[in-house]
Amino acid sequence: MNKKVMAILVPVISVLIALAISTIVIILIGKNPIDAYSALIRGSFGSKQAIADTVIKTTPLILTGLAVGFGFRAGVFNIGAEGQMVMGALIAATFASNFGSLPPLIAIPLTMLIAMLVGAGYAAIAGFLKAKTGAHEVVTTIMLNSIAGNFASYMVNGPLKVSSGTPKSPEIADSAQLPVLMKVGAIEMSAGIIIAIIAAIIMYILLNKSTAGYEIKAVGFNPYAAEYGGISVSKNVVLAMAISGALAGLAGATELMGVHHRFLGELSGGKGFDGISIALIGQNNPIGIIFAAFLIGSLRTGSNEMQFIGVPKHMVMIIQGIVIFLVAADRIVRTILIRKRVAK
Amino acid sequence: MRIVEAIFLVFINPLFYKIALTAATPLIFASLGGVYSEITGVVNIALEGIMLLGAFTSVVFTWLTGNVWIGVLMAVVSGVALAWLHAWGSIKWAGNQVVLGTALILIAQGITGFLMEPIFGKPGQTDFVGKVEEIKIPGIAEIPFIGKVIGEISPFVYMAFAAVAFSWWLIYKTNLGLRMRSVGENPEAADTLGINVYGIRYFGVLMSGVWAGLAGAYLSVGEVGLFKELMSGGRGFIALAAMILGKYNPVGALLASLLFGASTAFANQMQSSSLIHVSDTVKPLFDMIPFILTIIVVAGFVGKSRPPKADGVPYEKGA
Repeated sequence: MNKKVMAILVPVISVLIALAISTIVIILIGKNPIDAYSALIRGSFGSKQAIADTVIKTTPLILTGLAVGFGFRAGVFNIGAEGQMVMGALIAATFASNFGSLPPLIAIPLTMLIAMLVGAGYAAIAGFLKAKTGAHEVVTTIMLNSIAGNFASYMVNGPLKVSSGTPKSPEIADSAQLPVLMKVGAIEMSAGIIIAIIAAIIMYILLNKSTAGYEIKAVGFNPYAAEYGGISVSKNVVLAMAISGALAGLAGATELMGVHHRFLGELSGGKGFDGISIALIGQNNPIGIIFAAFLIGSLRTGSNEMQFIGVPKHMVMIIQGIVIFLVAADRIVRTILIRKRVAK
Repeated sequence: MRIVEAIFLVFINPLFYKIALTAATPLIFASLGGVYSEITGVVNIALEGIMLLGAFTSVVFTWLTGNVWIGVLMAVVSGVALAWLHAWGSIKWAGNQVVLGTALILIAQGITGFLMEPIFGKPGQTDFVGKVEEIKIPGIAEIPFIGKVIGEISPFVYMAFAAVAFSWWLIYKTNLGLRMRSVGENPEAADTLGINVYGIRYFGVLMSGVWAGLAGAYLSVGEVGLFKELMSGGRGFIALAAMILGKYNPVGALLASLLFGASTAFANQMQSSSLIHVSDTVKPLFDMIPFILTIIVVAGFVGKSRPPKADGVPYEKGA
């Protein structure tokens, strides 16, 4: 079967199998799956607010998906998007609360740049350790996630603390907030989605049309051959982690500048981890990642509605887990497909 | 120098050593699980998820039956079940082992969170369901200092040390252990000699489910007697670091786990030191210590700690 067709079929069928399994689970806990899924769809597309909410949830997911997907293309597994997102948003928030005197034309790109640089630098630690000592990036980035979480908790309870209530940073300056594209009731949809889509296009060009992208892909594909061909593996591992981290930092920036307007604990809320499933479903292709992020974004938005009728929203995590499993062991789906064809 | 005095007081306090032992216990079990899986050539980062599921199942069955040991047993059963999925995906279907592990962590987090409401009627955290009592050993309890450390302590601590001794014997002194190591180093050669590569790898991965399941049971019914969502809190990954630092050897993994346990105990005791008055604000900074130590250890020792040659590489007959 055609390679390109397979690249689309494997994730699509994986999602369908995951939905079939979750249907069984919903029946087992005594709920009606049709009610559950219609609540899910109502929650994500049932009204203007719902659709705006889905787009808002999709925005950071595109960026974390790109972050992880870019890493995969370069042969590194960045589970640290979560921590890079936190650090990027946290430091950007610290600066951007003082940007009141700057015009938006400067304040907005500057805030984004800070978040990206911090995300890149934080990820580069893991890249550097992998290149220099061989420390596996999965272990180091997970540890960096925990360190970022603790550091953020220290900052919002200490130096950045404002008033009482949930620990949070002060609000960033108006001029550093992203413009609002659409306002539905209390929901403001910012220009973040445009930034995310532009990032996907840039990543597509970088990977497919540039020498740097070619080198990074070569290292990811076969580090030994790349080294033999004169490409520095260590340099590219650090670079790949940095670019991946910059994308995760940008995800933090869009949440900070477009949604919360301040740093608070739930800002990252597992979006970095969602990036893993999104990259895998999107087959590490920037365009595929946009669709995959939209899928996970609508599942996450709709799952709140599903919770109201008694199906815990953790169902979505199980669905994601099954999809990742099936995409990782893609021979399961391939075998099913080939058997079907032979049977015909 | 109040801080030096505070550090000194921590080190002469028997409580520090007791907390170090109890904090090391889940790491010992889980890193042992890592050793079993990885010496046969299968990377298992799902330890984190297996621990979480084990913690949950042991609470569920303790609550249902009123017997904590049935809870512990069921933690092992659930651990093996999740490990079987990992084995199936990575051995039979030659999937990417790191990604499969991530998927299983997500599935474990999803299942445990999902079942909280149907079973316990509320999300987040269960009520106290009962725990494995500390055992008091008459002869040891009276010894000064040592008695305060291990005189009255959870039986899991003793079980962990016994598990390490057993595993060292199994891996280095038996025929099965030799087969496990050969399958992880050179599966082609092992296959030629008539060793069932797939079977041995299944054994290694399933055993990692046994140990990581026990680690999870310790977290819940062994330590606090209840289940909290995401209560494994990254300890599966710290266990992986302990396994690497311990050079994929059960005794090494034990020593490394003790080091990590000591760092947790140190952070914990410093936070509550009456000499330096650590405010609540600064506490998260102390909580970073074990994580920072893990990074330093992994970066500093991984070059010197050689993984089994075929670790992470799916084996395909005739390929």
